[in-house]
Amino acid sequence: MTSELDIFVGNTTLIDEDVYRLWLDGYSVTDAVALRVRSGILEQTGATAAVLQSDTMDHYRTFHMLERLLHAPPKLLHQLIFQIPPSRQALLIERYYAFDEAFVREVLGKKLSKGTKKDLDDISTKTGITLKSCRRQVVEEMRGSLVDNIQQHFLLSDRLARDYAAIVFFANNRFETGKKKLQYLSFGDFAFCAELMIQNWTLGAVDSQMDDMDMDLDKEFLQDLKELKVLVADKDLLDLHKSLVCTALRGKLGVFSEMEANFKNLSRGLVNVAAKLTHNKDVRDLFVDLVEKFVEPCRSDHWPLSDVRFFLNQYSASVHSLDGFRHQALWDRYMGTLRGCLLRLYHD
Amino acid sequence: MPGKLKVKIVAGRHLPVMDRASDLTDAFVEVKFGNTTFKTDVYLKSLNPQWNSEWFKFEVDDEDLQDEPLQITVLDHDTYSANDAIGKVYIDIDPLLYSEAATVISGWFPIYDTIHGIRGEINVVVKVDLFNDLNRFRQSSCGVKFFCTTSIPKCYRAVIIHGFVEELVVNEDPEYQWIDRIRTPRASNEARQRLISLMSGELQRKIGLKVLEMRGNAVVGYLQCFDLEGESGLVVRAIGTACTLDKLSSPAAFLPACNSPSKEMKESPLVHPPSHGCRSTHNSPIHTATGSRLTQNFSVSVPTLIYTGMGSGSAGKEGGPFKALLRQQTQSALEQREFPFFTLTAFPPGFLVHVGGVVSARSVKLLDRIHNPDEPETRDAWWAEIRQEIKSHAKALGCHAVVGYSESTSICEEVCILSASGTAAVLNPRFLQDGTVEGCLEQRLEENLPTRCGFCHIPYDELNMPFPAHLTYCYNCRKQKVPDVLFTTIDLPTDATVIGKGCLIQARLCRLKKKAQAEANATAISNLLPFMEYEVHTQLMNKLKLKGMNALFGLRIQITVGENMLMGLASATGVYLAALPTPGGIQIAGKTPNDGSYEQHISHMQKKINDTIAKNKELYEINPPEISEEIIGSPIPEPRQRSRLLRSQSESSDEVTELDLSHGKKDAFVLEIDDTDAMEDVHSLLTDVPPPSGFYSCNTEIMPGINNWTSEIQMFTSVRVIRLSSLNLTNQALNKNFNDLCENLLKSLYFKLRSMIPCCLCHVNFTVSLPEDELIQVTVTAVAITFDKNQALQTTKTPVEKSLQRASTDNEELLQFPLELCSDSLPSHPFPPAKAMTVEKASPVGDGNFRNRSAPPCANSTVGVVKMTPLSFIPGAKITKYLGIINMFFIRETTSLREEGGVSGFLHAFIAEVFAMVRAHVAALGGNAVVSYIMKQCVFMENPNKNQAQCLINVSGDAVVFVRESDLEVVSSQQPTTNCQSSCTEGEVTT
Repeated sequence: MTSELDIFVGNTTLIDEDVYRLWLDGYSVTDAVALRVRSGILEQTGATAAVLQSDTMDHYRTFHMLERLLHAPPKLLHQLIFQIPPSRQALLIERYYAFDEAFVREVLGKKLSKGTKKDLDDISTKTGITLKSCRRQVVEEMRGSLVDNIQQHFLLSDRLARDYAAIVFFANNRFETGKKKLQYLSFGDFAFCAELMIQNWTLGAVDSQMDDMDMDLDKEFLQDLKELKVLVADKDLLDLHKSLVCTALRGKLGVFSEMEANFKNLSRGLVNVAAKLTHNKDVRDLFVDLVEKFVEPCRSDHWPLSDVRFFLNQYSASVHSLDGFRHQALWDRYMGTLRGCLLRLYHD
Repeated sequence: MPGKLKVKIVAGRHLPVMDRASDLTDAFVEVKFGNTTFKTDVYLKSLNPQWNSEWFKFEVDDEDLQDEPLQITVLDHDTYSANDAIGKVYIDIDPLLYSEAATVISGWFPIYDTIHGIRGEINVVVKVDLFNDLNRFRQSSCGVKFFCTTSIPKCYRAVIIHGFVEELVVNEDPEYQWIDRIRTPRASNEARQRLISLMSGELQRKIGLKVLEMRGNAVVGYLQCFDLEGESGLVVRAIGTACTLDKLSSPAAFLPACNSPSKEMKESPLVHPPSHGCRSTHNSPIHTATGSRLTQNFSVSVPTLIYTGMGSGSAGKEGGPFKALLRQQTQSALEQREFPFFTLTAFPPGFLVHVGGVVSARSVKLLDRIHNPDEPETRDAWWAEIRQEIKSHAKALGCHAVVGYSESTSICEEVCILSASGTAAVLNPRFLQDGTVEGCLEQRLEENLPTRCGFCHIPYDELNMPFPAHLTYCYNCRKQKVPDVLFTTIDLPTDATVIGKGCLIQARLCRLKKKAQAEANATAISNLLPFMEYEVHTQLMNKLKLKGMNALFGLRIQITVGENMLMGLASATGVYLAALPTPGGIQIAGKTPNDGSYEQHISHMQKKINDTIAKNKELYEINPPEISEEIIGSPIPEPRQRSRLLRSQSESSDEVTELDLSHGKKDAFVLEIDDTDAMEDVHSLLTDVPPPSGFYSCNTEIMPGINNWTSEIQMFTSVRVIRLSSLNLTNQALNKNFNDLCENLLKSLYFKLRSMIPCCLCHVNFTVSLPEDELIQVTVTAVAITFDKNQALQTTKTPVEKSLQRASTDNEELLQFPLELCSDSLPSHPFPPAKAMTVEKASPVGDGNFRNRSAPPCANSTVGVVKMTPLSFIPGAKITKYLGIINMFFIRETTSLREEGGVSGFLHAFIAEVFAMVRAHVAALGGNAVVSYIMKQCVFMENPNKNQAQCLINVSGDAVVFVRESDLEVVSSQQPTTNCQSSCTEGEVTT
């Protein structure tokens, strides 16, 4: 006696969260059944292995049919074939587009094209597809705020949409993230920075009329950043800046002497990073530069995080007291974001 | 020109890409009704076309309106070659033809193609303007309402229940016409779908005419079936119960006002005197096979055992001396009818006086090869014979009517088994003709209220029983006689007193049969049938005893014929009726008493059985109050008793009591184990595993003993096909395979639905078919309903208390009707966010607006939820409006079976599509649920070698609007108009 055909169709589509997770994780039916058996479900329910096999197959078949719709989540809402309560629809989409942080860290910054597709296959085919479809559609046809776009077209939660926005932003600007130096950074770190940059450094950030432009950094802003060079090029200004910072921080910093000794290097580093951002290549190396020029020097001197914060706050604020410096707003726009990023990047 | 049909094509969405080059589609729509066709403009290069067409107007006879479906075809325009069809939508416009139902059909319909399945959706608006037609001789029957529900629909009141209506139409099956060899599978499938749609329309219209002749205005318990007879043709047949229904619109309807219609019934409206025996002598091998007992070609009749037991003696009985008043009345009312049958399974209070037992008849027929579509008389005659048989069975049980009546067929090649079954009953005549419900109700209250056990009392005289049966005084009233077991095909009457809970009981049986041709085959089948009936009944009886119960409701025995085997599957809901005696246990007796180890084995088995009974009693909470034998033995004589006895000379046993007879002893049911087969049987008794805790199952509308349903429901269809290895084809192995198949299927259901615990599977409906030599297909449709465990505890209250409580809730229900009706209310929504969607009803194209919404997108469900249930009600909700019958037939075919996920993937997708199309039609009618949903046919054929499969599905149900009881107060204070209601639902669907 062999089962030729075995199906269950509910008027409301049954979604088993556990099986969905197994499916998303790419387990075969056999593996999934084995894992479910191990979870002790047979004992809890008194079911047999055959029942479990049949149930798993059934769910996999359903998910397979749903996958076509999940590629374009608005379709899932409008389709008539599967009657799924809204909360369940949300869950399906959210889980489908949720990604493994480790994986995404790998992908981040790689050009999502044919070359990477091969790599993706090695890592995880499933996530690769979702990621690609996400990026493709966002980049090709969307206008408007990045996060909102993703949220509306993929119906993702706020959090997940922000993560996707970060990925798209990174991919679009081709930030270098794969260098050995940067390996200690997590996806969360990058996502945090991306968000700050989207909020402050893109065209959409300054002009709400242009909010479809928050994929790209504000070129004009990058051009203007050259003006900051005066802070390190003008020796008087640099000394004045240093003394202002040192006066303010004296006694408050555990690593005061190191700071005092390194101030000019650090400041040069930070300002030069800004000045170089006009070139695409240097934009790509932004994170490498930040780590090389700031994070590493501080770390080698064992600055505690609190001291870094004190320093950066003071470093940014003191510029306001520099009479000869006219680009206060520009400085704030740059440093405000950079400070946030650096603090996030500063860890082991 | 009595009607104008208006159709507007609004838009399409999610169309498939038809032009590979541009990845787009140039779609247009053809709208066809009868022989008239309109076309929309071509909407270039879009997968979401906005046609926004003018109103296409068809001026048609109402006869055509009833018969013809509206056919909408979506095509891709192609300049250089023929236009490619994307798919079709058939819309049955019948619901627009009666005033109280839907006023407009408007919504998104899935575009269906028989090869590709659903391919996008189309938004259509349909309206009908009907002109009054005073022509008495018209052929149409517009205005007659149809209900699949097998009880008086909620929000209606039965003024008169007229009785049985039936009709059948035949035609050639397009699949077997010569032209089919040269046309594409798609064309052939579409021709079939269209033909069946036409035939159903015609059938419904003809039945409607009969109802009008009977002066009724509705058909309740309408059941329409297809017989795919292969080369000999296609039969569409339907049965139903004609009624005169009144819409409950004011509280006055509940007062015992005397508004009797008192129109004299004319002669039997069933005009077709069927030409009997037109081919019975020709090819009825059965005739000789069954001997001289029957003069017509009935192969077997159940209660088989009654017949064999009583012989000709029963014939004289009906003329006997016990013609009480009640009986005379009933008889006179019913005698006018050719067939006093009722397809209802639940009745207004007081309607059912006594229940006899199950009556059934089967007949094996050879399908004739030559077939004349214009003469359905042959098929008519076949059914007439069977019905006659049923009628005479009922008479033998002292009953004049048959309730819970149904008919079915099983076809294999050229052999066809026709089956009919029902429950013999004595009815209250007042419902049937000139009385009013109110009058009856009053009378009933006087007579029967103290007992509530009347329906159990035997309807015939105990001194003149058609067969020996074991009778006792009713355990409830102690005045009337009751049988020790009762089998019926109806639902448990609401006022019956039940102890504990009920459970699903199934008897399963296979019998091998030699492959044979024509008459030899028919003879072989008809020889097997009586044995199968007997064994099925024995199994049912044993299982019932094992459960410690004494009555079966909703009994349905299906016999399926295949090339080389016969399958029998009986399903019923067992209960413990307080009025019937406690069932005795099961005693096992061995045939070889000398063998010590054997006896040990026997006693071991006996112990197991006793344990099982005890366990089941606990599981189903069966603890009847202890009654001393003396009371039962010597009932206190009452002055009235004698006369009552005379009046209700009832007998109500059925074939089962006959079984008892064959086994001799009464209180302990003896099973004799004389061979391995019997041993097997006992073993199989014990293998049935009870459902896991928190689960109950039944095949009736409601689970006896549970009455606190919560609102969560899940209707489902599950299909399994197994392939038998030809090596082990013995009866025993077959039985085991079949038993395992059913048991495993049930286990899977319990597992799948475990998140709903505590819940009950209601209306569990198994269908068995044998599509090929070694394939067994089982299809199950049921609904899982959750209930409140805590409240369930109150069912342990004493029966009296419980029924009092029930009565009071009934009253409440009655009083609530007017309230909700005057506020023809908004359909409620289980998912609140969807209500917000009504604002968008003006723009059916949601996509454009979608982007601009900033709310969390997932909360905006755009598709209104449509509930589906095989039950006639929705727990926790009130049905406020019936929108019309849904009766849909689909064919799906594939030539890329593997690519579509094999047979499972193919059928899974198809059933999901069928559900979607049913929901879309209901939503377009403005409804939010389908009740009394049934999948009548699911014919699946595969040819894996050719990578092909085909499936035919036929479903039906009643589209309704329901309102959650919790929303009721809110809604009634809002005062929405009817218009608002329809447009709101429209909005939900279109957005």
